[in-house]
Amino acid sequence: MSARYRVPVVGVNRQNQAITWRFCAIRVLIRSAAIVRMSECGNDMSDNAVDVNRRRFLTGTTAVIGGVGAAIAAVPFIASFQPSAKAKAIGAPVEVDIGKLEPGQRVTQKWRGQPVWIVRRTSAMVDALDTIDGKLLRDPTSNESIQPEYASNAWRSVKKEYLILVGLCTHLGCSPSFAPEPGEIDETWVGGFFCPCHGSKFDLAGRAFSGFPAPTNMTVPPYRFVSDTRIVIGEDEGGAS
Amino acid sequence: MIRLIISLLTMLCLGSVLAADSHGPAMQPAKVDLSDELSLQRGARVFVNYCVSCHSASFMRYNRVAEDLGLSEESVKTNLMFTSDKIGDVMRVAMLPSEAEAWFGVPPPDLSVVARSRGPDWLYNFLLGYYIDESKPTGVNNLFFKDTAMPHVLWEQQGLQRAVYRAEDNGGGENATIMRLELAQRGRLTENEYKRLVRDLVGFLVYVGEPAKLVRHRIGFWVIVFLLILLVSAYLMKREYWKDVH
Amino acid sequence: MNVVVKGLTGLRDWVDDRFPLVKLWNEHMGQYYAPKNFNFWYYFGVLSIVVLALQILTGIWLTMNYKPDAELAFASIEYIMRDVEWGWLIRYMHSTGASAFFIVVYLHMFRALLYGSYKKPRELIWVLGMFTYLALMAEAFLGYLLPWGQMSFWGAQVIISLFGAIPFVGEALSLWIRGDFVVSDVTLNRFFSLHVIAMPLAIVGLVFLHIIALHEVGSNNPDGVEIKKKKGVDGKPLDGIPFHPYYTVKDSVGVIVFLILFAAVVFFAPEFGGWFLEANNFIPANPLVTPEHIVPLWYFTPFYAILRAVPDKLIGVLLMGAATTIFFLLPWLDRSPVRSIRYRGPIFKTALLMFVISFVALGYLGTQTPTPEMTWLARGFSVIYFSFFLLMPFYSKIDKTKPVPDRVTGK
Repeated sequence: MSARYRVPVVGVNRQNQAITWRFCAIRVLIRSAAIVRMSECGNDMSDNAVDVNRRRFLTGTTAVIGGVGAAIAAVPFIASFQPSAKAKAIGAPVEVDIGKLEPGQRVTQKWRGQPVWIVRRTSAMVDALDTIDGKLLRDPTSNESIQPEYASNAWRSVKKEYLILVGLCTHLGCSPSFAPEPGEIDETWVGGFFCPCHGSKFDLAGRAFSGFPAPTNMTVPPYRFVSDTRIVIGEDEGGAS
Repeated sequence: MIRLIISLLTMLCLGSVLAADSHGPAMQPAKVDLSDELSLQRGARVFVNYCVSCHSASFMRYNRVAEDLGLSEESVKTNLMFTSDKIGDVMRVAMLPSEAEAWFGVPPPDLSVVARSRGPDWLYNFLLGYYIDESKPTGVNNLFFKDTAMPHVLWEQQGLQRAVYRAEDNGGGENATIMRLELAQRGRLTENEYKRLVRDLVGFLVYVGEPAKLVRHRIGFWVIVFLLILLVSAYLMKREYWKDVH
Repeated sequence: MNVVVKGLTGLRDWVDDRFPLVKLWNEHMGQYYAPKNFNFWYYFGVLSIVVLALQILTGIWLTMNYKPDAELAFASIEYIMRDVEWGWLIRYMHSTGASAFFIVVYLHMFRALLYGSYKKPRELIWVLGMFTYLALMAEAFLGYLLPWGQMSFWGAQVIISLFGAIPFVGEALSLWIRGDFVVSDVTLNRFFSLHVIAMPLAIVGLVFLHIIALHEVGSNNPDGVEIKKKKGVDGKPLDGIPFHPYYTVKDSVGVIVFLILFAAVVFFAPEFGGWFLEANNFIPANPLVTPEHIVPLWYFTPFYAILRAVPDKLIGVLLMGAATTIFFLLPWLDRSPVRSIRYRGPIFKTALLMFVISFVALGYLGTQTPTPEMTWLARGFSVIYFSFFLLMPFYSKIDKTKPVPDRVTGK
């Protein structure tokens, strides 16, 4: 490692010197295992002369490398805010037995600490969905709303009979109440969910009605059917989401 | 300064010589190798087959084992998980703590960090150190953990050993010094096979004690390489500025 | 580019009209003149600040996941070590940082002994530094309880019991510190509060005062020459150079070297052979069983050895206290006309060497199981330890010093 680098000095004006120094400094950095004396590079200058460009270059290099180092050092601190292995384990997919669910009934299951609703819709309820005028809905085709691919349809579910929703209002996160019967909330009520916090209304596919604060339809979580009577919430057909 | 350092070193050496007074057979080094993934996998297998029935590893999650030991979650579920069905669960114990206390007098300790409190060498020698002692309820005693409440769970593998006492102690007694152990009854495995099994198990326990150990040497290497590059740059900068100072 | 520079200059001027930004910068960095002959020993001041910053940063992050509850504390540390992303790194940085703190602070203090940095007019810098050191010891002791392992528990038990030696109020005092009849959940909770809020505040405040006092009188140097006495025509000390950029660039080299060593420990030997993280502390605290071999962490062992060397509990405690607080008196015990070891005579050099040997030897003996021989050794070293201070007024005065130059020597 004691080989010496002599870079031919191509000129004596400042500009050229700066280029030479830059070139030399890069080579020095590459050969960083041995601390090559920079003064060996440009032997036309005395050791003691102040070279502003070289000084600026070395300060800049150190600042940049140091800055990169600081940014890398920040990564563990930022990443430690992510859900821990424990949080992930608690938020793991849950399997639910829906065999005992009667038509028209709803059960609530906790997944990732949130309420997830499973509603077994009667055929009358499903038919009623088609009768709702699209103009009354915020997002009738669910383009703006969150649901898996396999639930992006008019009834927002894999099987028409079973509606799975994250039971939180898309406005500010309250949990709406279940009001399946027509006329239960007011005369025009077709059956659905009503948020007590700010009066948002949703139909039995979780679609938001216009004129209320909820901006999008309620979220459908990933889920799959293990059998006719068992579903796993939090897991797509392909595996864990 | 140098005189000082030398005198310090001499003192430290002297101290360790004074401290080294042992009796009975010396400990053998465990020589675990955490980079040997297959060994860790075998160790995990031994652990769930023989240890988890009584000991938990309540800080260790199955999915972490799968990830770190290069196993699929499915394979972990079928081969390693007998006390739980959720892959994110920790390695719980099969029996109830109250039962454990009734059977052994003391509840078997959690083994999550046992390799850090006891050290791999101790664990290795402990598992090799069982010998027949009819005066104990378990029928065995241990060279490195006298009167342990833990039975020799792996006896079918190792076989049973008998203590060989110092000649002047005439084969036993309270304070007789054990010179070595010899095989009294053959087990399923040869001595070397058994040692490998214990080494696998201890290696797994070392991993369980600190899963980050698998990655921290590698990360540390690159951190230091980076800092060395920064050092060169900073040093050249310093030299440049200090040309002003005469 | 020009726009950016203009904008930043404008912002600086705006702030400067409302806050003495430029003035502070100049007073403490740009026009703070430090002697140009600082050597190796002068890195440990800035390194102490670096470690302090690291400890505060990693401490804040650990607090996010640590649970100060006797039932949960041990498990929450393992949670940090496994379940929290990068938690192991943050924890190891903090545990290594604790030991690193004492290493750099002890070397920093040794520097003051070498070059007489505590002598007039820097007595107050020294006293403030000593308060910082005591606060640091308290901080380390409080923090060591938090992992709630066997060593945490029994270490706290032993140290708190020391207060019981105080006549009349001792037992009541121990009870008051613990808030319970044994070290318990209550103790853990209050130690946590003191460790994460009270002591760090005190340490940061003291360090601030330490630096203000330093910048008021100016730094000492390896020659112990007062650089302010020789000023050039421009009114600047002839042997002084602006702290920035000269010492900022030099210190960054020192800091990087330190970080390399620090990273080597954090990544390759965080237990440091049981010196930084003790094996027994991986066993959860058990108030019914004391580990066979209990010792404080290495940075307390010199004082612990003095405590054990004394057969009387009260006197032992008093001597241990004296061993830490006697440092306060140094500026008034040292009556030598010179500051630096370079110009001191053979007596002081020998005394300092003996002191360092006895300090390290006591530190070593404090980690060992006491035997009669070791206790006698500890007694001998304790006598040397105290003699260094108590005899200093005499030997420092009669010592044959060398003439001190007018200007710093370039060495």
